[in-house]
Amino acid sequence: MADITQSASANRPEGAERLSEDRREAMRGEPPFVEAPAEDSRLVRALKEAGITAGLIAVLTFFFFFMKTDIAVGGLSLTVDPWTWFVAIAITFVGRFLLTFFVFAGERPAVGGWKKIAAATAGWPIGKVVGAVLLFVALTLPFLLTIFLPSQDRYLLDLAILILTYVMLGWGLNIVVGLAGLLDLGYVAFYAVGAYSFALLATNFDLGFWVCLPMAGLFAALWGVMLGFPVLRLRGDYLAIVTLAFGEIIRVVLLNWYTFTGGPNGILGIPKPTLFGLEFSRGKGSFSDFFGIEYSSIQRFIFLYYIILALALLTNFVTMRMRKLPVGRAWEALREDEIACRSLGINTTNVKLTAFATGAMFGGFAGSFFATRQGFISPESFTFIESAIILAIVVLGGLGSQLGVVIASVVMIGGIELLRNLTGLQAIFGTGFDPTQYRMLIFGLAMVLIMVWKPRGLVSTRSPSAIYKEKKAIGADLVAQGEGH
Amino acid sequence: MLKQNRNWSADPVLSVEHLTMRFGGLVAVDDLSFDVGRGDITALIGPNGAGKTTVFNCVTGFYKPTEGRIALRRDGSVTPEALAELTRSGRQYAEGDKGSIFLLERMADFKITEVAGVARTFQNIRLFGGMTVLENLLVAQHNELMRASGYTIGGLLGLPGYRRAAEAAKETAVEWLRRVNLLDRADDPAADLPYGAQRRLEIARALCTNPVLLCLDEPAAGLNPRESAELNTLLKYIRDDHGVSVLLIEHDMGVVMEISDHIIVLDYGKKISDGTAPEVRSDPKVIAAYLGVDDEEVEDVERDLEVKPAPTRAEGDAR
Repeated sequence: MADITQSASANRPEGAERLSEDRREAMRGEPPFVEAPAEDSRLVRALKEAGITAGLIAVLTFFFFFMKTDIAVGGLSLTVDPWTWFVAIAITFVGRFLLTFFVFAGERPAVGGWKKIAAATAGWPIGKVVGAVLLFVALTLPFLLTIFLPSQDRYLLDLAILILTYVMLGWGLNIVVGLAGLLDLGYVAFYAVGAYSFALLATNFDLGFWVCLPMAGLFAALWGVMLGFPVLRLRGDYLAIVTLAFGEIIRVVLLNWYTFTGGPNGILGIPKPTLFGLEFSRGKGSFSDFFGIEYSSIQRFIFLYYIILALALLTNFVTMRMRKLPVGRAWEALREDEIACRSLGINTTNVKLTAFATGAMFGGFAGSFFATRQGFISPESFTFIESAIILAIVVLGGLGSQLGVVIASVVMIGGIELLRNLTGLQAIFGTGFDPTQYRMLIFGLAMVLIMVWKPRGLVSTRSPSAIYKEKKAIGADLVAQGEGH
Repeated sequence: MLKQNRNWSADPVLSVEHLTMRFGGLVAVDDLSFDVGRGDITALIGPNGAGKTTVFNCVTGFYKPTEGRIALRRDGSVTPEALAELTRSGRQYAEGDKGSIFLLERMADFKITEVAGVARTFQNIRLFGGMTVLENLLVAQHNELMRASGYTIGGLLGLPGYRRAAEAAKETAVEWLRRVNLLDRADDPAADLPYGAQRRLEIARALCTNPVLLCLDEPAAGLNPRESAELNTLLKYIRDDHGVSVLLIEHDMGVVMEISDHIIVLDYGKKISDGTAPEVRSDPKVIAAYLGVDDEEVEDVERDLEVKPAPTRAEGDAR
């Protein structure tokens, strides 16, 4: 007996094999008992986590809040502002403490209530309700503003026009990025093409807005096809880089082709849109004169508002319709699997080009609206940051989601503006606090938070384009993101 | 010989002639010729790395073959002269009253499906996972629907012609879903289906393109015996009721031997056997390729098989 055991142990293999055998041996018995580490009490845990968070914030914001440099005679002057810093740390400490004490380490999960609400409303078409409410508000906004906020209506209407421009751009880019899954970092190029085609046609040939609008869209679509051709074979990061370069090429050409585009001086005196030939100005033959009402500068803003609303709704209508047409389904199929598309006889070249052209066309419409609203355009308006903001709207809203783009536009464009006016924060951080200086910081934090909370965007479910019996939303985890994500 | 009377020689839907595919120095397919009979289920078998999938990719246009001709005849009345003339003319295909011929090696992959009518599935299933089962089948009818929608313009305006075509497409899809037993999952995303159902869906999707030749790359891989039996029934149904010829790659000999009318065996890119299931099963070359032979017997076997004793082959057989 002893002999056998000895020979067996002498036979044992060396190294990794032996280790794994030992491990297998050990598994045959009970797993080794290890005492669970003692858990902190709720209060201690909350205090600990709050301390760690506050420490992190102290380090991160040291150079933003504690120290501040200003340009002074003979160089920079350093001012130390410990008060703002301490307040920020205190806010984080208290916030994290409360969060841990009541939510993370709470006796019952705090999200339970929310889940109950979600379960109760599962049958409701929330998207449809929100969409209908938003549409109603959008249609009546000028009147709502005059009634409820007459003192600020001009400013707010202007902001609404800006938001709607971005909604339209977001919807246009959504076709390329969200549906076809082609990451386009140079979308602003088509915005610029639309704006410059309208501006040049209007100033050189005396054409009006309504004649130029379809032409601007066509030009932009043409440029979309021209961008489409070289990037047909590219995937992923390479596609993103080439589209980025394309956007920059357009801007640099506009900047340097002085004789044609006016270079950095831009183009001045772009005509305003008219309502069947009626201008929005004082005097004879104007809108107010024709209808016999008193002239007010707000009338032109309301008119512009309704133009961009109509254009945006047209974009939405066409996109929603196209999703249910074979071409739209082919876009989504392309995003899911390009090789499978080809095996089904789909010409992926054409599918990609139509996606680029359609997206670019709506960008061009938005561009010519931008030109007519501003009355002046220059290459400065079409920098990469614009592309980035539009893409951020699409990504934050949820790729392929029309409603998500609206919410993200309101949050992003409206949010940036709102932060300008947050003078209320001075009560906390002291009178020296200027919210406009921190708005980009707050804004960036908000974006990070949204992406942590909802990594696939605010509205991440996909609704099917064809239904047999029952409409079921498709979870984001199943939907592919296409090239370049 | 007897072979002259066989369906695949008498009325081939697909003729692969002298097909060679080189990847750099590697010859994946070496001077391969075979015919696929109209209305037959033809199996392409062989050990791993024999070049079966490469042949598939050449036939479906995903690879451009280095040499060779791949001719698809949509109907039986094509003369060899017409084929020779088309080959000389440099055109991709000829459609006429007396039958259409398509030279697949000259055509782009999507054209092969769209014009010639060859559909395929993939070894690793390629469904549109985020789209519903029904949508998957509608995407497969893309070209037909594009024409019906007036290349989107008519569809945008909601013309009645498109609405009718869309309804018809949905009906076709529903019909196939009923056939592959997936109708109750029509509104579920394709990625949510179990593996066997995904395989069936991929076959249904390929059939929605209305092909004359269906190429299946390992359709029974990962299926349990019951699912394999269902697959056999489905393939026979496709052949008998829809007149679609089937070319399939398969490792599951149960499926292959039961349903195949014609089997072609590949090894190292060469055809080693070609015939009906019983013929192939008793072919000593096939047995040698699948089971291998002992080192000592290699030369004897090679002498028996009249194979030139190339060093690579000896190594290969000695596995």
